[in-house]
Amino acid sequence: MMKGRQIPRIAWPLFALGLILLFNLVFTDSFFAITVKDGHLFGSLIDILRRSAPTLIMAVAMTYVIATGGIDISVGSVLAISGSIASLMVWGGNTQYLTSAGSQYYAPMLTIILIPLVASILLGAFNGVMVSFIGLQPFIATLILMTAGRGLAQLLTGGKVLNFRHAGFEFVGRGYLFGLPFPFLLALGVIVLGTAITRLTPMGLYIQAVGGNRSASNFSGVNTRLVLLFVYVFSGFAAGLSGLVMTSDITGADAGFMGLYMELDAILAVVIGGTPMEGGKYNVGGTVVGVLIIQTLTTTILTKGIPTEYTLLVKAIVVVVVLIIQSNKMREVMGKRQGKMILKGGSAV
Amino acid sequence: MSRKRLFQISRRDMPLVATFIVFLLLYAFGGFSYRNFMTPRVFLNLLTDNAVLGITAVGMTFVIISGGIDLSVGAVISTTAMIVAVLTKAGMNNVLVIAIALLFGTTLGFLMGGMIQYFKTPPFIVTLAGMFFARGLGYVLSLGSVPITHPFYTNASSIGIKIGNGKLSMPAMALLAMILIGWFISRRTRFGRNVFAVGGNEQSAILMGLPVTRTKIAVYTFSGFCSAVAGFIYTFYTLSGYGLAAMGLEMEAIASAVIGGTLMTGGYGTILGTLLGTLIQGLIKSIIAFNGQFSVFWIKLFTGGMLLGFILLQKIFVYGTKSRRKKR
Repeated sequence: MMKGRQIPRIAWPLFALGLILLFNLVFTDSFFAITVKDGHLFGSLIDILRRSAPTLIMAVAMTYVIATGGIDISVGSVLAISGSIASLMVWGGNTQYLTSAGSQYYAPMLTIILIPLVASILLGAFNGVMVSFIGLQPFIATLILMTAGRGLAQLLTGGKVLNFRHAGFEFVGRGYLFGLPFPFLLALGVIVLGTAITRLTPMGLYIQAVGGNRSASNFSGVNTRLVLLFVYVFSGFAAGLSGLVMTSDITGADAGFMGLYMELDAILAVVIGGTPMEGGKYNVGGTVVGVLIIQTLTTTILTKGIPTEYTLLVKAIVVVVVLIIQSNKMREVMGKRQGKMILKGGSAV
Repeated sequence: MSRKRLFQISRRDMPLVATFIVFLLLYAFGGFSYRNFMTPRVFLNLLTDNAVLGITAVGMTFVIISGGIDLSVGAVISTTAMIVAVLTKAGMNNVLVIAIALLFGTTLGFLMGGMIQYFKTPPFIVTLAGMFFARGLGYVLSLGSVPITHPFYTNASSIGIKIGNGKLSMPAMALLAMILIGWFISRRTRFGRNVFAVGGNEQSAILMGLPVTRTKIAVYTFSGFCSAVAGFIYTFYTLSGYGLAAMGLEMEAIASAVIGGTLMTGGYGTILGTLLGTLIQGLIKSIIAFNGQFSVFWIKLFTGGMLLGFILLQKIFVYGTKSRRKKR
């Protein structure tokens, strides 16, 4: 097939998202209605943006990890650790509601946010060192942290669910800024940060090079170790941030179940979005669409009143359909058909 | 000459030997620290308690040797147990129930293998979809726990061969049988050799004219079968079907294989190593249970640390053997 004729990879996920939205346009009343309430936007679509934020933050960073040919399955556990630390800091034995002004915070707002993030970055760096310097396979290196990290988070909270009230910190996961949900703006921030780093510096090129052929890029002067370290640190940071969003949103940390299987959702979104798992290329826009597909699907099922037990079945079917549409086999079939049509048209003229 | 040959063989089996040594050390540690630890009873209970994980890990080992991964196993176990519970409750014949339960996991494995091979989609994502499907089916069957009251299941726990003060229970026997079957398939059959060849280098296997498609589909089918057997065994412990059961077991099964020396890149692994990997994870749990001071959360930390230790050890051995494939 000629290059110009090829359908861009993002077209299929967009098509799938469009189908789900179309379904809602026809079958769900006021799905697209957006109203202004208490000075911020309100509606199903806004809800989708708000709810997808934690996965979105994670998935964007995961895109770069997968682009290097790696994988990071520890993000769910890192999220739990970050959330546990944050709620421990807020909690500190003080369970009554703390209003924004004049109250005695156990820890200043800045440390509540910074310390979990620093811890997550360090955990990401641990993954990065294991993959780049020790040379472990990414799956195994992050499996270690996934297993141990979950235990660590549970040890931190003593296996208890730490609930808290803290007006300032709750803004991270529940607040609205410029009428938009703050978590979504945070996710946008991560996308902008990632794009800035990969576009304004050669990092994007290096990531693709490392994913394409690690030893070749090493020989051509790319500091492959630093590139790998960067993507895992960024992934750790993102996981920590989405841990903060989640903890703040549910005003509590359940170390045992927080973020469980979220790494799989993030990876799924990346792959649905058209980033191949072998690495070498990436598509952040596709990842965003992938996350939105998953969240729109979940919201649709909820608003349609379909029993929640069917959520996973529907999800499985949609994933399989998207995978089949995206597969090379399908492209071959489609390509052949297109070719035939062109041939027929040609002979007619 | 013969000495050099002997040395080479031992080096190839080094990961297995290392795993075995660590197993012995852990066992000895338990034995010296706690009275009654080195009794047949504790050891047989180790087999019984880890039968589900071990049986699943046998199938997982084949998948990993072939260069793939299977994330659906935990979900298949829980759904198999759910199917057994629901159908038994409906009064269906036991043999038919078992057949349907085993058929479900095996068919799902076959379909996943087919999709991986035919559409060239990554195993990670396909088996993830398989996991969603199996869990989803479990939830649809029942959101709550479904008890199994049939005497066939309630009496099963009393079946066993007495050894010393312990008992070789039915799950333990099933585990040993599946290990034996797995070992036989991996070492003594053409299919087993093909799995290693496909995992070692798929292109070469295709060029050599090996039945790659058939082998890869068969590997996922076998893994599905193993999880279904494990799910059936699981009903003996819990006497119920529950949609949230066996959460995260897939990662434990992968850890069993990896601790046992199986390489995630494919092409190398042993069933015996996987058994040891399973038992090591079981020993960690037993020791922490015997100790009583550590909270259960230490289990995950220790397992993670153990995993790290093994991988680093393996790394050293892999560096030692030049014939290994390039690291990635």
